[in-house]
Amino acid sequence: MKDIPEKYIEGNARIPSGCAISGFFSKKGNRVSGDKIVQSISYMHDRSNGLGGGFAGYGIYPEYKDQYALHVFYNDMRAREKTEQFLNEHFDIVNLSRIPTRKHKNIVNEPLIWRYFVSPLPTKLASSQLEEQEFVVKCVININIGIDGAYVFSSGKNMGVFKAVGYPEDVGEFYRLDEYKGHAWTAHGRYPTNTPGWWGGAHPFSLLDYTIVHNGEISSYDANRRYIESYGYKCTLLTDTEVITYIIDFLNRKKGLSLEDTARVIAPPFWQQIEALPDPERERLTDLRKAFSSLLITGPFSIILGFKDGIMALNDRLKLRSMVVAEKDDVLFVASEECAIKAICSNPDRIWSPGGGEPVFATLEK
Amino acid sequence: MAINYLQPDYEVVRNNDRCIRCRVCERQCANEVHFFDEKRNQMLADETKCVNCHRCVTLCPTRALKIVKTDHCFKPSANYTESIIKDIYAQADTGGVLLSSMGTPKEYPVYWDKMLINASQVTNPSIDPLREPMETRTYLGKKCEDVSYDKTGKLMIRHYPGLQLETPIMFSAMSYGSISKNAHECLARAAEELGIYYNTGEGGLNEDFYKYGKNTIVQVASGRFGVHERYLNAGAAIEIKIGQGAKPGIGGHLPGAKIGADVAKTRMIPEGSDAISPAPHHDIYSIEDLRQLVFSLKEATDYKKPVIVKIAAVHNIAAIASGIARSGADIIAIDGFRGGTGAAPTRIRDNVGIPIELALASVDERLREEGIRSNVSVVAGGSVRSSADVVKAIALGADAVYIATPALLALGCHLCRSCHTGKCNWGIATQKPELYKRLNPEIGYKRLVNLVTAWTHEIKEMMGGMGINSIEALRGNRLMLRGIGLTQKELDILGIKHAGE
Repeated sequence: MKDIPEKYIEGNARIPSGCAISGFFSKKGNRVSGDKIVQSISYMHDRSNGLGGGFAGYGIYPEYKDQYALHVFYNDMRAREKTEQFLNEHFDIVNLSRIPTRKHKNIVNEPLIWRYFVSPLPTKLASSQLEEQEFVVKCVININIGIDGAYVFSSGKNMGVFKAVGYPEDVGEFYRLDEYKGHAWTAHGRYPTNTPGWWGGAHPFSLLDYTIVHNGEISSYDANRRYIESYGYKCTLLTDTEVITYIIDFLNRKKGLSLEDTARVIAPPFWQQIEALPDPERERLTDLRKAFSSLLITGPFSIILGFKDGIMALNDRLKLRSMVVAEKDDVLFVASEECAIKAICSNPDRIWSPGGGEPVFATLEK
Repeated sequence: MAINYLQPDYEVVRNNDRCIRCRVCERQCANEVHFFDEKRNQMLADETKCVNCHRCVTLCPTRALKIVKTDHCFKPSANYTESIIKDIYAQADTGGVLLSSMGTPKEYPVYWDKMLINASQVTNPSIDPLREPMETRTYLGKKCEDVSYDKTGKLMIRHYPGLQLETPIMFSAMSYGSISKNAHECLARAAEELGIYYNTGEGGLNEDFYKYGKNTIVQVASGRFGVHERYLNAGAAIEIKIGQGAKPGIGGHLPGAKIGADVAKTRMIPEGSDAISPAPHHDIYSIEDLRQLVFSLKEATDYKKPVIVKIAAVHNIAAIASGIARSGADIIAIDGFRGGTGAAPTRIRDNVGIPIELALASVDERLREEGIRSNVSVVAGGSVRSSADVVKAIALGADAVYIATPALLALGCHLCRSCHTGKCNWGIATQKPELYKRLNPEIGYKRLVNLVTAWTHEIKEMMGGMGINSIEALRGNRLMLRGIGLTQKELDILGIKHAGE
């Protein structure tokens, strides 16, 4: 591949992307091999251009479900040494290994890819005066910003992100996803308009248990970014997916807003619709829109948010991007196109196209 | 008698073949430029009195008149220009401070005109405002960001007092006294119809206009003219005027000639006395004093009204705004130095303060850096001239804009910059009954509604082009702007990239 000028690398330039997304979730928690999601996303090959693909699997590390699973890209051994030194200072590392991959002719220039199962050191956590999750977030940001050549791209519990530059089906084979089993999987195929050339820029984007796969280019980007950055987030990749993840983390984890209400903030009904509602609901939606007006997202998007024990699918309020949802028994399927669902579920009980701004949820049955 | 060194700036050109000696020009000119010479059966003009307001030109039934800039000239100099020479003559004549009206005419950079707006192509769609909802509604005031749910799952969000605007444009402060009662009526009725607000300025509120209270912002300035409890409670918001863009550092100045019986009553001052506001508020000598005034006003109005603090854009504006954001104010209004005025010392108008674009960009950025942007809304004024300026102001970070000069233009003002004389031929900046009756409120308010409606249409078109269907998503969205012909320093302050980047 031709060398890419530094100024166009992800994070130095804002890169619009078109995309394909797919995902499914078993409410009963039945664990399914990752090759199924690879099969689904491969049916939307033409919605990607080989410059980014990735997956998130939930329930894939039951043996380490209490540890944070850190997936890390390293450019070189020095970055790895520095990162491991940092990790040793802040965490108890229960297990570490290279993430197993298989050589693939279409996946080249791979970085070193490592995985750590860690718990925060109690003394460090106490002296930081932070909640545990906030401590982990801060450590991840410290590595990503502070250590040259190291990038943590997955940091949740009993879940993991796998991503690379390439077509998603090739990325899935490369990461040997057929060897993992999860109750939920999401996938992303990317169609960036120039060459990001960096594996960290592929999607899903992830923070703790949150993962986002996203299709679209949001026109509110800089309004959202500047707002969220005033609360301590740092948007280093300049991608929509990154800012959407931070918005959800801010509203759901930090502010304690339910995901239903979070969806109402980022894709609210129009004022006209709100005013037509009867009163407690009208007042509630007005309050939400007023309180977090800078987190309203405009422009096309369809997203699948993975979170602890659930997924949420959401379209922008005008539904400027395609997104189809289907149900079969206890499984909810979501994809950019129907074909990606039919590829793995030929006869769904119900298939529909949710309206703009209407979130669709699936959560684990207790 | 001493020689008058000042020659007229304009020439009244009359086509005598067209003139029918109807003498309408004579009757219409409060400056007494035109007169009839019976012997010669001809209209003549004393051009020394002409302010170039176009009243006679507009009303001449045969189009016999035009006003041209005189080509009588001084020996050209790029340093001692004609205007400097004339100012010196005028001051040598009178020993006085030069007075002017409206915004500075000098050639300072207009940053609005050095910023370009984005539009969508291919990677995301533009949105058609004729076919899709396009939202321009804005709420001003402190935003509550602490949410919780009660036991029944009901969302609990604290309400702060605020303003709801159907379009992010308000009529900026112009006092009753500086402008006429009819002009105020136009503004009040237009604000009501548009779902926005007009501002009383520092002249109090005429009894007849209390009924427009829900679309009124009542101002409290350093002179406290017309301020009483009922006045404070009459409006939808209270504005503390610290400064004005056209004359930062000094107070308002309304000459006694403009203070007739009704203005005097409304202002609660003697008829014919000059109404000169102190330069500072004498109860605000520091930021902690401002906090006390903010809360005094909130106490007086039972914490039901948002308090706006209006400041002129000056050098240290970001730090000042940051202080105000922590003072209990709900809204900060920043007024740029190109903004208009009914009367200001010329040297101050033309030399003190900074442009609104730079002030707005620094304030918005500073408030964000300090994590207090949601404490306050930011309103930008001081030469917002078109819908494109509005879009650029909001993309830089404003919640809404204040306009005044465009509103006066809509009412017929021709920017002759002579408001301080009180002889406005268009019935706007005058208190003479024979002049202000020329401004018909019925027609005037509709022209204001038209203007703001037209701008709102244009704002929607530009938003749609950017793929944005809610004004909230434009606010502070600086990636939607690119600079053209700006230095790196200017780009850095505005927080935007250069075109092509």
